[in-house]
Amino acid sequence: MKRIRFWGTRGSLPVALTAATVRQRLVAALRGASGRVFASDADAERYVDGLAFAAAGTYGGHTSCVEIETGGPDYVICDLGSGVRPFGQAALARHGPASPQTYHIFISHVHWDHIMGLPFFTPAYIPGNRVRIYGSHPWLESALRRQQDQPSFPVDFSFLRANIEFVHLEPGKPHAVGDMTVTSMLQRHAGDSYGYRFEANGRSVVYTTDSEHQLADPVETESFVAFFRNADVVIFDAMYSLADAVSIRADWGHSSNVVGVELCQMAGVRHLCMFHHEPAFDDQAIDAVLADTRRLEEITRAGNALTITAAYDGMEIEL
Amino acid sequence: METTSRQFADVVVAAPVGRVDHQSAAQLEAALAPLVAEASSKKGALVLDFSGVEYISSVGLRVLMIAAKELRASSAKIAVANLQPVVAEILAISRFDRVLGVFPSVRGAIEQFSAAALAAFDAAQPPSAR
Repeated sequence: MKRIRFWGTRGSLPVALTAATVRQRLVAALRGASGRVFASDADAERYVDGLAFAAAGTYGGHTSCVEIETGGPDYVICDLGSGVRPFGQAALARHGPASPQTYHIFISHVHWDHIMGLPFFTPAYIPGNRVRIYGSHPWLESALRRQQDQPSFPVDFSFLRANIEFVHLEPGKPHAVGDMTVTSMLQRHAGDSYGYRFEANGRSVVYTTDSEHQLADPVETESFVAFFRNADVVIFDAMYSLADAVSIRADWGHSSNVVGVELCQMAGVRHLCMFHHEPAFDDQAIDAVLADTRRLEEITRAGNALTITAAYDGMEIEL
Repeated sequence: METTSRQFADVVVAAPVGRVDHQSAAQLEAALAPLVAEASSKKGALVLDFSGVEYISSVGLRVLMIAAKELRASSAKIAVANLQPVVAEILAISRFDRVLGVFPSVRGAIEQFSAAALAAFDAAQPPSAR
């Protein structure tokens, strides 16, 4: 495995920057640049690079879609949120429509935000492409077919002319996909969700989203610690604050930054990447959560430092 | 971990000591249960003196949330006081400082809840501390 690339990082619902927010940022950036002269694009880019991420960038608004670049010819994707549309366009731009590709797609669960991108995933419409969709839910195929039924969508699933196969994964049983070993794990979420651990060439990545943790259950905690053990990167559902996750949003099926740090510290993980951001959060709010989480890691660190990031659409993590 | 407690009129002050983590949270939960029941029965308050708490994990914070829910269901109140800096940061990062009243001192917390308890608390202090 070479790198992780994020195409969609938002939870529950796609969101977008508004015109008002873009305008505010332009005004702030222009005021900040007052008196400066930019002799070249490079000068201007240096200035932009010095701005805060929430001033010069954005976490983005596509729903869950994460690419794991294996170094092999096949594509590996986690979830079919709206982020799979730009992923598909990028793959087509790279190879062209006449060059068949294989896509291995691992589905955490079939809630809408995790499957809504499939009808817009252009490679699935192209004969010759191979799309293997993996999951542990018995209703995986029917759910994907149903979302394209009339009157929900005008293009029926049968119009997807790629060679589409569904592969059932038994939770806890390692499964070989190319050079990778993939293991799924049952997670607590309405209708169940599954996390995935990907291992290859001495590297390991865990994708664990839409997963609520029962803090008082030591057996469950131990099972997640074992699943995360020594992972290079854990992509973790940190949608809520801990206070919300155990009170007004208990049983909503999501976790928090605090639990992410604790589990990753116990498991000896190298890099915690917070994911499935609350759609009500703007960029400043996610930045604040990131700063808080880094501080929590710092004040509770007992061993090696845990790198902490907040995923954004377009972010890459080298493995 | 050990938890001692004192009663001042309708306010119970509980003082746990040590780390509240995955190993010890159940002990704190067991220690608080009768104190929560006592404060609830009097529609009073439970003040947690955290001066002796070095660290609290998510499991420990969950214990506080359960106590808060139970107390509020009985129209009783809860607060934490005397937090060590690390614990204060953990409460802020977890947003528990928005759920629990946080006070710099036990006296400050009691003062918010009950004049009778405050008088009892002050009376119990050694003359030099008054």
